[in-house]
Amino acid sequence: MCAVRGLTKTYPAVRGRRGTPATPEVRATDDVRLDIGRGEIFGLLGPNGAGKSTLVRQLTGLMRPDTGSVEILGHDIVRHPERAARILAYLGQESSALDELTVSLAAETTGRLRGLDVRRARQERDAVLDELGLTPLAGRPLRKLSGGQRRLACFATVLVGERPLLVLDEPTTGMDPVARRAVWSAVDRRRAERGTTVLLVTHNVIEAETVLDRVAVLDQGRVIACDTPAGLKEQVAGEVRVELVWRERAPLDVPEVAVLRERAVESGRRWTLRLAPDEARAIVATVTGGAAFAALDDFTLATPSLEDVYLALGGAGQGLVRA
Amino acid sequence: MSVVPAEVLPGSARAVARPVRAAAELAPRARLWPSLVAVYRAQLSRARVARIPLLFVATFQSVGILIMMRGVVDGGREAEAVVAGSAVLVVAFVALNLLAQYFGQLRASGGLDHYATLPVPPAAVVLGAAGAYASFTVPGTLVTAVFGCVLFGLPLTHLWVLAAVIPLAGAALSGLGAAFGLLAPRPELATVLGQLGMSAALLLGVLPPDRMPEAVRFSRDLLPSTYGVEAFARTFGPNPDWAYVLGDLAVCAGVGVVSLAVATWAYRRAAVR
Repeated sequence: MCAVRGLTKTYPAVRGRRGTPATPEVRATDDVRLDIGRGEIFGLLGPNGAGKSTLVRQLTGLMRPDTGSVEILGHDIVRHPERAARILAYLGQESSALDELTVSLAAETTGRLRGLDVRRARQERDAVLDELGLTPLAGRPLRKLSGGQRRLACFATVLVGERPLLVLDEPTTGMDPVARRAVWSAVDRRRAERGTTVLLVTHNVIEAETVLDRVAVLDQGRVIACDTPAGLKEQVAGEVRVELVWRERAPLDVPEVAVLRERAVESGRRWTLRLAPDEARAIVATVTGGAAFAALDDFTLATPSLEDVYLALGGAGQGLVRA
Repeated sequence: MSVVPAEVLPGSARAVARPVRAAAELAPRARLWPSLVAVYRAQLSRARVARIPLLFVATFQSVGILIMMRGVVDGGREAEAVVAGSAVLVVAFVALNLLAQYFGQLRASGGLDHYATLPVPPAAVVLGAAGAYASFTVPGTLVTAVFGCVLFGLPLTHLWVLAAVIPLAGAALSGLGAAFGLLAPRPELATVLGQLGMSAALLLGVLPPDRMPEAVRFSRDLLPSTYGVEAFARTFGPNPDWAYVLGDLAVCAGVGVVSLAVATWAYRRAAVR
């Protein structure tokens, strides 16, 4: 369905000007190689700045790579970027082109610009707004909606005018659980009925684990792993994550706790530790009894998530979200 | 598509790379006219939400200038130049200034991605937006022209010529505005260019040219809005010279074609980086 080979894009260094510091050359995508199968929900996971959006912009023909090839359904997108619009529908992070339109007109106009005639565009608009529960908001301009509702309305425009590939850049940002469910059931329906393929950009670990068939983990422009979420998690199966939240500060006078400090990732009152199961049990026993317990506010013991995989693979950033 | 054996793929859970023999069929392109109409309609509806206050500002500005100039100018050729200049100024304000700002902001915020990932001809996006902005100017220009004629005691006989002046001056100025907005490297610069263009139309278009120094008159001739002003001003006389009117309008049309072509090229360039 979609094959990416050796895709590389480097942003040139920018000389500093008054008020803006100089930035060095950045390799936004670095020799990326991906294969996405038909009907797959394929994810790109990584923290902000990992190069996810840059990669997606090259796949959608919005940006020319320096080197490498992108082939979607047999079409060379690097050589013919304009063909991308006839194969895929893209949901970017920005809605400024649609902000001042009503939900209904945004969906209809997008459908017409996707090549539908007026009748089809209106039919599909009504069906999609109904499917996503947006009909009551149809007459409201996008900019007057809440962030999650606006995102859902933009998602609706992606579905008007069928495409075999949907490229969604963080589609559920700001959405409540109802809207999220609407998005994923709309995606599932299209996959079941028409074999639609989805390329999803996300920095949300929970979403990645629940909706994706396969996921490529991106760090600093490189794909550092690519597998099913379960397959990736097997790589760190020997570890569990312990999180300790202290009431005020850690009881460093307890020797077992003091020893732990070096291995913990501290963020405020929260310590995150990745330990072998036996060690984790011992720690939990220590902090839930004796002097340390008085200082403990909360603790969790969890099996590894994709975030742990990301860190275990040597991911440098800290920007993944669990929500 | 892919001839790489599945074993070498990163991740082994699924064999995903199956060789595809022929390229899949592409969805049809959106055709020029239907998509132009769709963009035009969408842009026109934006006016209801976002642009009404600015249209009032544009009209009040021109009406204010008319009132101000009434104290200076008595009538005759000068009054004709003032009325025509103020009316065309509304077109410059909306089509040049506001459109430059719109495209500048759309480009900077990444809003062009929306259009660039739809199979729509670039000309449809540019012409649809330019047409809508030119249409926004109609009520303001009419109000200004009628008010000016009444204020200076000019005949309303040939006001119908606005039916040609507004679209043609609108094409020239909105083409320039779109080109400014799409070519400026930063949105602030697009705003500055739009403002400067409008200020030039105000300073060089509203004042009667006869008393100006040679250099100013030369720069006045370079400004496309001037020809819209001239064409309109010529029709106030008892026996307008229609050949000159047509000539002026032809200049507007020519500038419109060129500037809209440049804007379309700039859109293509801005859409794929």
